Amino acid sequence: MNAIETKGLTKRYGDLTAVNGLDLTVRQGELFALLGVNGAGKTTTIKMLSCLTRPTDGDALLLGKSVNREPEEVKMLLAVSPQETAVAPKLSVAENLELMAGISGANKAETKRRLDALSAQFGLAEVLKRPAGKLSGGWQRRLSIAMALILEPKILFLDEPTLGLDVLARSALWDVIRSLKGNMTIILTTHYMEEAEALSDRIGVMGAGHLLRVGTADELKAATGAETLENAFIALAKEATK
Amino acid sequence: MKHALLLAKRNAKEILRDPLNLCFGLGFPLVLLGLLTAIQANVPKELFPLDQLTPGIAVFGLAFMSLFSATLISRDRTSALLLRLYTTPLRPLDYIIGYMLPMVPIALAQSAITLLFGLILGLAWTPNLLLCLLVTVPVGWIFIGIGLLCGSLLTDKQVGGICGALLTNLTGWFAGIWFDVELVGGFFKTVSNILPFYHGTELARAAYAGTLGSALSHLWVVLAWAAAMLALAVWAFLHQMKKN
Repeated sequence: MNAIETKGLTKRYGDLTAVNGLDLTVRQGELFALLGVNGAGKTTTIKMLSCLTRPTDGDALLLGKSVNREPEEVKMLLAVSPQETAVAPKLSVAENLELMAGISGANKAETKRRLDALSAQFGLAEVLKRPAGKLSGGWQRRLSIAMALILEPKILFLDEPTLGLDVLARSALWDVIRSLKGNMTIILTTHYMEEAEALSDRIGVMGAGHLLRVGTADELKAATGAETLENAFIALAKEATK
Repeated sequence: MKHALLLAKRNAKEILRDPLNLCFGLGFPLVLLGLLTAIQANVPKELFPLDQLTPGIAVFGLAFMSLFSATLISRDRTSALLLRLYTTPLRPLDYIIGYMLPMVPIALAQSAITLLFGLILGLAWTPNLLLCLLVTVPVGWIFIGIGLLCGSLLTDKQVGGICGALLTNLTGWFAGIWFDVELVGGFFKTVSNILPFYHGTELARAAYAGTLGSALSHLWVVLAWAAAMLALAVWAFLHQMKKN
């Protein structure tokens, strides 16, 4: 069974079609990057897949569960780490994680097990008791991803996870994301081409609400005759606006 | 319900750990009470009798509940914490309870502390003080409803202006705490009678004086406003939730 399968997924806001008949398949355990210029339809696609907004047409199946018919079941399968840090600032790091674990239905013992594991994986031990709002941007992003992971999702959505981070913080976060590969399906949206190339198994390029092309970074380069992923992306994006 | 309680616990922590909240919400009404009592002690005319002032300040202090809850919700919206939570199995009712529930004991505690401070300043103790505390609960619901409403519709900057400045001023001016609304009369009296604050003050004063039976008209107005504000707040929250 595929992790994600969309069939004619469409979202219209009045006269504007944000996503137009999207047919996309993401395999289980895959890290799939979604690229696109602003307004290409990435965010709307993620919103539909994570049950934040209902499709106007079409459907998406997440591990066989429909976002239209079974949104509650779908929500049990996924977690989202939004572009903004999305942490509770006055709560400590541990309390933020405990809150999310509690929401997923974990009891006290299970919460502690998950918290200990994530604390070790993300190197959060030294900041566990600090208020989340007092952490640096890089640490807040780590916490944000850990808050998504403590839900133990089968599918993880990472929306611009390294936006605004310095080189070191970005590199540290890449290591964290690499460590997750294979354990769950990850959908990554990013504006950084090198990030998509370094982390993802496959890349989908969106433009004007359509899925323009799907493939590995090398396949996209070969298809457009470009030497870099950035040039391949520019070629595809320009084609979409013609 | 478990989810709602988890969220309520988190929200209570966020509010109580904010030093500005404690300073303004709790400290400011107490400073006012102390200051006006000190003024009263130095003037021969009875301007601010404690039995009138203390219940009034208890009602005024509740205006800060709107600021607390509205700020929290609007910040949760802008920081995308709410967006994150919308992708979890939490249901709409969990959010409503989660944001409203912690405000009830906080509002009650604030009124209790104000009344207690009144006792320290010389307010006479009578069992009616407990009744006075009890009638501040529905007044608190009005402000909690306004907080949820504003937090759902406004940005945190707008919340600061609307709930922090406008609402506290409206409450201060139209609650009849520092001067007699009947004496001022005219437009001022009309507005005071339309808004719920004056009725809240009169209700609290009547409860303390042991004349609650004669103040039932104020109670109905307060309950009607509380019901309307809470209903509007729930609608606004669900509306912004759908919009997201």
